[in-house]
Amino acid sequence: MAGANRLCVALLLAGTLAGCATSGGNPADPLEPLNRAVFSFNDAADKAVIKPVARAYRAVLPGIIRTGVSNFFSNLEDVWISVNDVLQGKFQQGVDDFGRVLFNSTFGIAGIFDFASELGLQKHNEDFGQTLGSWGVGSGAYLVLPILGPSTIRDGFGLLLDTRADLVFYIDGVPVHNSLYATRAIGNRANLLDASSVIEQAALDKYAFVRDAWLQRRRNLVYDGNPPREREEPDDEPTK
Amino acid sequence: MNPPSNQNPVAMKISSCLLFALLIPLAQAQQLAPDVLVKSITEEVVAILKKDKDIQAGDSKKAADLIETKIVPHFDFIRMTRIAMGRSWRDASPEQQKQLAAEFKTLLVRTYSTALSNYRDQQIDYKPLRAKPEDAEVTVRSDVKPSGSSQPVSIDYEMEKTPNGWKVYDVKVGGVSLVTTYRDTFASEVRERGVDGLIKSLAAKNRQGEHTRSGKT
Repeated sequence: MAGANRLCVALLLAGTLAGCATSGGNPADPLEPLNRAVFSFNDAADKAVIKPVARAYRAVLPGIIRTGVSNFFSNLEDVWISVNDVLQGKFQQGVDDFGRVLFNSTFGIAGIFDFASELGLQKHNEDFGQTLGSWGVGSGAYLVLPILGPSTIRDGFGLLLDTRADLVFYIDGVPVHNSLYATRAIGNRANLLDASSVIEQAALDKYAFVRDAWLQRRRNLVYDGNPPREREEPDDEPTK
Repeated sequence: MNPPSNQNPVAMKISSCLLFALLIPLAQAQQLAPDVLVKSITEEVVAILKKDKDIQAGDSKKAADLIETKIVPHFDFIRMTRIAMGRSWRDASPEQQKQLAAEFKTLLVRTYSTALSNYRDQQIDYKPLRAKPEDAEVTVRSDVKPSGSSQPVSIDYEMEKTPNGWKVYDVKVGGVSLVTTYRDTFASEVRERGVDGLIKSLAAKNRQGEHTRSGKT
């Protein structure tokens, strides 16, 4: 439980720092100064190590292998996704996602091929943070985690459980499961190379852009793509 | 005994074809239902992308031209800027509003062209439009399935009816609004440096975009 303790300490520290932090304006981000510091650290680590490795990974391995690798991890994730479906009361989706696991683990050769999607069993995006959200737990303050990136207090706690439910965690042998973690992380980063180049182009302030996009994304996921409409425009008349 | 020329079936066909050819540009702008409009523009742009090796190789200038001619006319950038500005929009003079909208448009077009040059074979599915005929605002929903990954990404277009046809005023990718994502950045910029400060930052960002582009290619 060392990881859990460390996160609790970090959260506690974040809470005390929040008292003296001046908020930059977004009420969802009272920890902005701390978050910005972690964000720049992550950004530097990404530029120096993670992104170059992901680029090399994408350059060296053919697309079909990379797809196989991400399918393999995606299949392991589907187990926990189907548990979250059930916890959120989405029983049919739970059956479908568990069906994906059964099907892809056998006919898809340990998940390397995603035949279930081709049969119309669509992949879903669920995790314990979303389950907490669907139970009515508010997201709490925005939180940038070291290396892991954008999160919130709620999703950070969700992540603690997600990592315990992660099947890779139970694979014997520290070197084996560490290299699996690394492969998964690099594969995920490689899948996001195009998206991150768009963010670089789009953002005036990358920190605020990523935060505001990420909070909207999580809200959208909690409501499974149909969040209640927020007021989009201020109460002024359009100026011609 | 010969029928008069205007009843000649071939001539009739040709003239009606001509008539259609003349009507189509008008109809595209003014009469197409919003979902049909989005679909036809997307299909046209995707068809060009698939053929254009320069854009595939990362020629953002060419991608930007494509966007300028095919996509920009269907967007309402004034409204997009107004949403992104929130309350500060009222504090800006008409001249500042014009500058803001112009700079924001450039930034969005750049962003979109970066995204387009990353385009690979992707399948786009449109969901049935849920709207009443009298609705003045609708959401056109689509799902994009990237190659190699099994999870589709939703792309939703928020559209409004105008005398010049339906216009897009926001695009949401996976639930993330292109426009409102800028809101906090704009607000804090205006708070710290005023409306002119925001215009300057946008202009500087757009110039920087030019530099990295010419540096890359």
